[in-house]
Amino acid sequence: MGRDRSRLITAAAAVPAAFLTAFFVYPVATVLWRGVAGDGLAPLGAVLESGRTSDAIVFTFWQAALSTAATLALALPGAAMIARSGPRAQRWIRAIVTIPFVLPTVVVAGAFAELFTRSGLDDGPLRLRHTVWAILLAHVFFNYAVVVRTVGSFWSGLDARLEDQARVLGAGRLRTFTQITLPQLRPALAAASAIVFLFSFTSFGVILVLGGPRQATIETEIYRYAVVRTDFTSAAALATLQLIAVVALVMLATRLERARPITLSTPHRTTLRAGRLGRTANGAVITALLGLPIAVVIERSLTVGESYGFDNFRALTERLAMLPAPVSEAIRNSLVFASIAMAMALCVGTITALVVVHGRRALRHVFDVGLTLPLGTSAVTIGFGMLIALDEPPLDLRASWWIVPIAHSLVGVPFVVRTMVPVLRRIDPALREAAAVLGASPRRVRREVDLPIASRGMLVGASFAFAVSIGEFGATAFIPRRADTLTAPQALFRLLSTPGETLRGQAMALAVVLMAIVAVAVFAIESARGTSQGTF
Amino acid sequence: MWELRDVSVRFGDTPALDDLSLTVTPGEVVVLLGPSGCGKSTLLRVLAGLQAPDRGSIWIDHTDATTREPHRRGIGVMFQDPTLFPHRSVGQNIAFGLRMAGLDRVAQATRVDEMLELVGLDGFANRAVENLSGGEAQRVALARSLAPKPALLLLDEPLAALDRSLRDRLVAELPDLLRATGTSAVHVTHDHDEAFAIADRIAVMQAGRLLRVAQPESLYADPRTEAVARFLGHVNIVGDGHQRRVIRRDAATVDDRGDLVATVVESRFRGDHHDVRVTSDLGPLEFRLSNPAAPGAELRLRIDPTRVAPIEAD
Repeated sequence: MGRDRSRLITAAAAVPAAFLTAFFVYPVATVLWRGVAGDGLAPLGAVLESGRTSDAIVFTFWQAALSTAATLALALPGAAMIARSGPRAQRWIRAIVTIPFVLPTVVVAGAFAELFTRSGLDDGPLRLRHTVWAILLAHVFFNYAVVVRTVGSFWSGLDARLEDQARVLGAGRLRTFTQITLPQLRPALAAASAIVFLFSFTSFGVILVLGGPRQATIETEIYRYAVVRTDFTSAAALATLQLIAVVALVMLATRLERARPITLSTPHRTTLRAGRLGRTANGAVITALLGLPIAVVIERSLTVGESYGFDNFRALTERLAMLPAPVSEAIRNSLVFASIAMAMALCVGTITALVVVHGRRALRHVFDVGLTLPLGTSAVTIGFGMLIALDEPPLDLRASWWIVPIAHSLVGVPFVVRTMVPVLRRIDPALREAAAVLGASPRRVRREVDLPIASRGMLVGASFAFAVSIGEFGATAFIPRRADTLTAPQALFRLLSTPGETLRGQAMALAVVLMAIVAVAVFAIESARGTSQGTF
Repeated sequence: MWELRDVSVRFGDTPALDDLSLTVTPGEVVVLLGPSGCGKSTLLRVLAGLQAPDRGSIWIDHTDATTREPHRRGIGVMFQDPTLFPHRSVGQNIAFGLRMAGLDRVAQATRVDEMLELVGLDGFANRAVENLSGGEAQRVALARSLAPKPALLLLDEPLAALDRSLRDRLVAELPDLLRATGTSAVHVTHDHDEAFAIADRIAVMQAGRLLRVAQPESLYADPRTEAVARFLGHVNIVGDGHQRRVIRRDAATVDDRGDLVATVVESRFRGDHHDVRVTSDLGPLEFRLSNPAAPGAELRLRIDPTRVAPIEAD
């Protein structure tokens, strides 16, 4: 059985290999070729001479570092709360904090923009509009969930009796935390920081909308060179630089992530609950940071002049001058693209996960390493790569709307793989042996044991892929905007960047629709995931 | 002196401690004996301040300490698992409480060496805790608990996870260690042999209540209630109503002039004795005899009246 199966997996590996080669390796290689191989380091030198670009590089690093520090500081209490809650409460907290993480970047950026307008922070001494602080806030909003979930689940795996022990040995609450808890959390903190840094480093939509014309990062500079100035060589040179930095970061992140809690004994949950102060503080952070922007969007979407109504939603079916199709058409496109992207990501991702877990050694290694790359490669690089690589036969996809779901599925594949691999690894061989001893044939074992367990992981991965596609902005920004390729986030971006009160109202209505779609996906994820622990 | 006064703790609908009172006097070793889930560990956690009681109070040396924080109670705890801090060496683990108490480095080092010697692990100070065997780890945990000289040590089945021979050795050593350091202790176990070997007083616990608190000898000789008798391992409970008695397993000897006629059902070799099951007028009984008996054989047994005690039916 083992032999046949391994052969089958090797053959199946051709599917993801072909897909990734055509739509990831080839475009990225084209970027590298254009960026470096053509004229050596000359284009890179030229790009770096521009003061604006070198400023952007410096700004990319320091805003990412700042975002990471701010997210850690604000989210650590939330992680503590998860670690100390019962399984039911844990599920709820995780679901609630995860909504922001999968919200479309443009929606979040729009929400903060609206929040600033509302609270009078667009101008004046406390101006937030188009400042680094606005970007910082949005990044904390997104990445709060990363820290709460990765650190929180690690934390609840720690043996709480070590803290009890420290307490009876004379350590107060604070000293117990700094001397016992914090050192044990270090691997999870490092892994979470690396991921948050990476996400902030490759952030695109947030910077474009909230940073305004003055705040530029490597990502927005690639976009500016490629789309605004159609200077592909300079864009490719910058993308190369970005790729190197990202690969280094991803390698660091995956290394840090391997760490698991070190315990000498079985986990044991503490009965000392967080005090009322802790719960209140957490509640305040979650409400203010996570709830307020969402509430503002909903309120604005329903505001019509001086009263409330659904006019903004009804207006979404109308044709607007700056869009090639009505917004409702864009929403329909997005739903279709997300369904296709989900199916493709699920197919490619599941086979890849099977190869990583059960494939031959050499193959396993290639896939393991090969996969860390699309994970970290920014959507902007993928979109740019497709723009310059897939424009001539045999792969000329620029005229077809298929290019959109393909790009989206590439962004979704890592999510599927990363949820599937742990699930497949966790299937206890003893279960298979038990089934076999009870008389199940190998085929039967797969159907009765592997499939039911794996299918939950597949559902989680699929929902993630769907949510990611619904909100995808960076890659799609490089795809020519036509009636049949227009996605909802692209439409939202256009609405947000055109001034006018009525348009703002319609933009917020569209944001509400997107949030609702994503919220459904998140609750599907959480109900499928159950109480099992997972990371991103 | 430590007192629990009418303490109750509930987890949801299940009472873990039900209006329970207990006093521990200085220098005393109290063993809490009871089946798992009877609330023993909760009692320890309440004493240590790791679990707040829903009702009742805790008094330490005649002062109300109900809300006193765990680190201000002067109480040490040893759990079933060693719960050593994985990121610290053996020496640093033992020194932790001393550091919290603000001892200087020299004093810490001296005390760590003292404690290592006490538990028979001289020279282990710089070892990593990951490489310790189960028994070594538990000794380090004991050393760590005793290092800050707690007035009361709480032991939550600290020997349960160890193998038999190691456990027997530590059961023999533990009372000496406690006496040598003048430490009072509350020791939780469900093993009555361990309880008899260690205790000054035994508290038999069931469903969050103390059934009886007494010295081991008098408890064993006179369990008083059937529940306590059964829990202490008595099997020969005979008679009805006011005639109900418990006959110890070591009460019988084979004697031609004995009053009790019994038929052997089964005999098992146990090393220094034989466990013999018989049937008799009093019903099925079990005895420890020095000689084997063939199944089906008829024996005359003499029962030592000092090893028979009346009990109340519950």
